[in-house]
Amino acid sequence: MIQRLFIVLCVLFSVSAKAELTIEITQGIASSIPISVVPFKINGSADFKDTVDEIVRNDLERSGHFAVLSPRDMLSHPSSEADLYFRDWRLLKQDYVVLGNIDMSANGQFQVRYQLFDVFNERELLTQTLRGTMSQVRDISHRIGDAIYEQLTGIRGAFATKIAYVTTNPQRTRFNLSIADSDGAREQVILSSKYSIFSPAWAPDGKRIAYVMLEDSGSRVYVQDLASGKKELISSNKGLNSAPAFSPDGNKLALTLSKDGNPEIYVVDLNTRKFERITNHYGIDTEPNWMPDGKHLIFTSGRSGKPQIYRKNLESGYLERLTYEGHYNARARLAQDGRFLVLVHQAVKGGDFHIASLDLTRGLLQILSSDTYLDESPSVSPNGVMVMYAAKHKNRSILAAVSVDGDVKFLVPSKSGDVREPAWGPYQN
Amino acid sequence: MQNLGWNKLFAVSLLSLAIAGCASSGGTTDEAATTTNNSVEESQTQGVPGSPEVDVVTEEQAAMAANPLLDQTVVYFGFDRSEIRPEFKDILNAHAEYLVANPQARVVLEGHCDERGTVEYNLALGERRADTVKRYLVVQGVNPSQLESVSFGEERPAMMGSDESSWAKNRRTEINYQAR
Repeated sequence: MIQRLFIVLCVLFSVSAKAELTIEITQGIASSIPISVVPFKINGSADFKDTVDEIVRNDLERSGHFAVLSPRDMLSHPSSEADLYFRDWRLLKQDYVVLGNIDMSANGQFQVRYQLFDVFNERELLTQTLRGTMSQVRDISHRIGDAIYEQLTGIRGAFATKIAYVTTNPQRTRFNLSIADSDGAREQVILSSKYSIFSPAWAPDGKRIAYVMLEDSGSRVYVQDLASGKKELISSNKGLNSAPAFSPDGNKLALTLSKDGNPEIYVVDLNTRKFERITNHYGIDTEPNWMPDGKHLIFTSGRSGKPQIYRKNLESGYLERLTYEGHYNARARLAQDGRFLVLVHQAVKGGDFHIASLDLTRGLLQILSSDTYLDESPSVSPNGVMVMYAAKHKNRSILAAVSVDGDVKFLVPSKSGDVREPAWGPYQN
Repeated sequence: MQNLGWNKLFAVSLLSLAIAGCASSGGTTDEAATTTNNSVEESQTQGVPGSPEVDVVTEEQAAMAANPLLDQTVVYFGFDRSEIRPEFKDILNAHAEYLVANPQARVVLEGHCDERGTVEYNLALGERRADTVKRYLVVQGVNPSQLESVSFGEERPAMMGSDESSWAKNRRTEINYQAR
């Protein structure tokens, strides 16, 4: 695992027009777990812009599941088990304490060893040592956050993941497709264009991104390799070329084409470039997304008169309507192995657009976002816990996030311009 | 934009192909793109000044081109709708007559949406808005080869606001003449 840390995506086309995302937590869960991440002791000289423990604290805080104690409110800053007095932490009503040490080595590398303790039972729950270069401080920190999160919630962490999104200036004359860490740090512009870019979609291996570029002659679908920065034209048929979605094996792309006269779902094999038509209806069919089994596609269709979500079995051809509640349901994404749909929902004609989740086994629809408006483009974290989406807030397009259960909310405002079309990347290890 | 000098041009019975450049009535967003294209075209035109082509415009064509309805090149739609509203049929009929009488004329029909709803559904809806106008014109006798449709979804709004009056102006199909 440590070796994998050395593989860091590094694509840098342009450093201009950065959005500089920050995170403002607006709602966490009531029964959040009290935890203290004590500042890690650094042995040797090092210049950390953001310290490892600080990044870990921010990750845990942002998840909404933890009440993270500020280092200022701690009675002491122990760095080893010998200096750890559980009674002090019980006094501070802390359930868990994290201690850590950082050893700097001469070749620009550093090593972090940390321990997670259960204060009540006075025992160590987890210990881990990670090593990397100074450019990997954030990777290593997010990895620690993920391990602690998983140990205490039972759910795999997704802090060490990337998000892709599109930024644009207010005049809408410049569009940048960027990728950043899940906390908005280390933004990199991977494509800059005078044409509108939308619907970024990650390949399951996290090494390629498909997207739509709306040129003067119409929409085109491209796939860009992140390591080389090379973009490849996948579809430029007559009419629409849009809404790409990688199959779970990464070999195919589902997309929307209107070359046969009407927006329909197609699947293109990325190796043979053969297109296969999936839907056939005079209504609009678009926004395909794969079920994890690779044998079903969900998509938006206007065949009932208003957009609703449907599921098609690619083997049997069986078609099923999934959404009935609400005036407008579109752009569904799956969460938690397909148990939940997360979608754009307008309850009544003329009403607000919000992000909603639909429990497919129980048929329950829950509106998740309420303090933003014109919500769109939901994208689910790979652990199925959080949904990032685009919304209007104070007359600007910003990113926001909400947990699939609706309990945790945060905003991701940018310092300038509009941010749209978030796409949460897969696990990187 | 393109109505300036439209009548004057016919008064002198000369139709220069150069007016294609001012046919774009797009919003603020695509002006940059249009400007770039024009400057490229302009830089290509310097050189041998070959004899310009002269079109003789018939009385009938001139009368038709003077129809003020031809100056109206945008039709608007209801939210999530793509059917032609009755009040725009006269405008479309005027364009249909013109296109039938001028088979060399070429039009790009640009479908647009307001910002509400999803980006992709709006892209598809924009195409429907362009296509219903296209079908309407074809039913009126226009040769389909004169017409091209393209959707810009919600990406090139005519108005930037987030209110009903801006949205109403953004749900539209623009009739853009590439050649008259």
